[in-house]
Amino acid sequence: MASNFYRILSSKRNVGILSLVGAGSITGAVLLRREHVTASAHVRRTYPASAEYPDLRQHNNCMASHLTPAIYAKLCDKSTPNGYTLDQAIQTGVDNPGHPFIKTVGMVAGDEETYEVFADLLDPIIRERHNGYDSRTMTHPTDLDSSKLHSGLFDERYVLSSRVRTGRSIRGLSLPPACTRAERREVERVTVDALAGLSGDLAGKYYSLTQMTDAEQQQLIDDHFLFDKPVSPLLTCAGMARDWPDARGIWHNNEKTFLVWINEEDHTRVISMEKGGNMKRVFDRFCRGLKEVERMIQEKGWEFMWNEKLGYILSCPSNLGTGLRAGVHVNLPRLSKDPRFSKILDNLRLQKRGTGGVDTAAVGSTFDISNLDRLGQSEVQLVQTVVDGVNYLIECEKKLEKGQDIKVPAPPKGN
Amino acid sequence: MAKNCHNDYKMKFSGDEEFPDLSLHNNHMAKVLTKDIYNKLRGKSTPSGFTVDDIIQTGVDNPGHPFIMTVGCVAGDEESYEVFKDLLDPIISDRHSGYKPTDKHRTDLNFENLKGGDDLDPAYVLSSRVRTGRSIKGFTLPPHNSRGERRTIEKLSIEALATLSGEFKGKYFPLNGMTDQEQDQLINDHFLFDKPVSTLLTCAGMARDWPDARGIWHNDAKTFLVWVNEEDHLRVISMQQGGNMKEVFRRFCTGLLKIEETFKKHNHGFMWNEHLGYVLTCPSNLGTGLRGGVHVKLPKLSTHAKFGEILGRLRLQKRGTGGVDTASVGGVFDISNADRLGSSEVDQVQMVVDGVKLMVAMEKKLEKSESIDDMIPAQK
Repeated sequence: MASNFYRILSSKRNVGILSLVGAGSITGAVLLRREHVTASAHVRRTYPASAEYPDLRQHNNCMASHLTPAIYAKLCDKSTPNGYTLDQAIQTGVDNPGHPFIKTVGMVAGDEETYEVFADLLDPIIRERHNGYDSRTMTHPTDLDSSKLHSGLFDERYVLSSRVRTGRSIRGLSLPPACTRAERREVERVTVDALAGLSGDLAGKYYSLTQMTDAEQQQLIDDHFLFDKPVSPLLTCAGMARDWPDARGIWHNNEKTFLVWINEEDHTRVISMEKGGNMKRVFDRFCRGLKEVERMIQEKGWEFMWNEKLGYILSCPSNLGTGLRAGVHVNLPRLSKDPRFSKILDNLRLQKRGTGGVDTAAVGSTFDISNLDRLGQSEVQLVQTVVDGVNYLIECEKKLEKGQDIKVPAPPKGN
Repeated sequence: MAKNCHNDYKMKFSGDEEFPDLSLHNNHMAKVLTKDIYNKLRGKSTPSGFTVDDIIQTGVDNPGHPFIMTVGCVAGDEESYEVFKDLLDPIISDRHSGYKPTDKHRTDLNFENLKGGDDLDPAYVLSSRVRTGRSIKGFTLPPHNSRGERRTIEKLSIEALATLSGEFKGKYFPLNGMTDQEQDQLINDHFLFDKPVSTLLTCAGMARDWPDARGIWHNDAKTFLVWVNEEDHLRVISMQQGGNMKEVFRRFCTGLLKIEETFKKHNHGFMWNEHLGYVLTCPSNLGTGLRGGVHVKLPKLSTHAKFGEILGRLRLQKRGTGGVDTASVGGVFDISNADRLGSSEVDQVQMVVDGVKLMVAMEKKLEKSESIDDMIPAQK
């Protein structure tokens, strides 16, 4: 079973060269240092690009903001070496016009090469979504040294829980929008294999969605760990729910503080969490666990998709860079009613969500507060931002409790 | 010819590695597909690039229901039925009562061959309707077509329908161009179709780019209706209140033949062959693609122990009044023909007419507390 993949990946260690041999038509030796990626042969097209151009007049998403007939005409006949096309990448944005208040990305990547082959469209989207980040001229810093984090212990009278999540993709295998069943099963195999090597506080168990018992399923639901088949059309229109629940599963350590989702919206989503305000320990475990998993897969000749321009490569352009969302559930009864709350969050580079996660409402005055940014700053920087920001919010809350006034902090330099 | 680069890539993995997990599945595709068939077909694609994985995706994603056997596959173009016949012929045989690869299908749209049908009791038969689908030759089908193709299908359809006159004179309402008022009117008339939400359709890719190039055409009298680019290129519907199925069928045949003439003039006939009849997206609609039915009040008969058996023998099926997968309301059922392939349009509507007439007679007997045992029909 591993033989096909081994041939593909045998020359991959530490060099980032991906060789693909097509079935007679495409031979590309692809140097993944962002120099050039050979797009593959022509795709089916019997109509001119103008006849195929999507109707985006009702649309409000990043793809619709940046796609033009000229860009479409240039890219519509290209495909990545695996055969992923522009039409496939933008389908989710065509099918989901968006909301006047919430601007979604409207485009996904089917594989690592998508970001190169369709750079003419993805680069402006990335610039818009990530505060002007220009991958042609900038580099993204990766820093998983959690010892650099300071003041990461929150007042637990306010912070109820702390969590850090990110995603990782296995280089050489297509991403969830495009992967074949064989590739998806290989992602599962490689990841479960690596996780089985974890020990100590990270030792844990895998629960495959196709094979878990009713009792296991109920326990995972009770722990709030179980993820369900995606129903959001943002994901289903991108093809991420195909073949559900084949090769999907959840791994967690025995202590239930380190959790990995396999083959949901990304190859893997890695989550470190615990009740209370010890973000330092959460981030320590996060970094340690991630590095361990990376070491394990490297022993077998695999690696994560990463480059110095875009950081960690994930399905959605919004998750490039660190892919990191560090957050807390925090109770801010007075501050959350203050009209300056949103501005304070903005200037702290934080966002609020309801306690059910994205697109949910807050319950009472408990909010999910997390970093806004993903790309252009390192993991340490982003978690520090959350730590400093949440500490500031708690200080404001305490001041309001005592009847004192609060200040809106200055926005960070350069914003 | 068209290249499917992604399938080339996929061929690097073995058939075993790619074979879907169908262990929890109950649909025709899952019952028929074996590793041997999959291995034989996975390297092929139709000229437009449709592959066996494309055919079966909807069946993989929708395991089905223990009581309801869905088809679990779709065609992406006319050639799908040929290139993937090793998979589709057995499915067609299962779905269409043993129809063999060598069988011939008869088309008969001569409404004069229908006997009766103008005398169904309107106290019981509330409305009558006949629908079918048509695919335009030379274009790929809704699971596969590109925006360019879909728009061209719409354009050709609008042109063809605009030439209709007399009782067929009507108007086209594009889904993304109608006014609020037009939309409300179409909803009130029960004409408006919505973006498919059924995962049977969405997983097959039929809702892509919605509502681009989708629309509804109907005649001024609101008795003849065409849906453009929903589940098939065209769905053609003739309907009216009451029980005059003969009239409904006359209008159906007349209108269809006129539309077909117009398309042929533009060198775009309908997809049809003598083995499969009219070629449509879902294998369940091959042959006539015809569902002729009535909304009929059968509160007593429907609760009779032999209702299901009677329907089976008459080769009819029941649905709720909301259409497929809905429940009946107030004892009113949607009764229509179960067959599509292997019998003609006239044959199928005849079965509906004769069967409904009999069931109404049974209902009347049951109202008088009389037995219907001697009325139970033989298997058709």
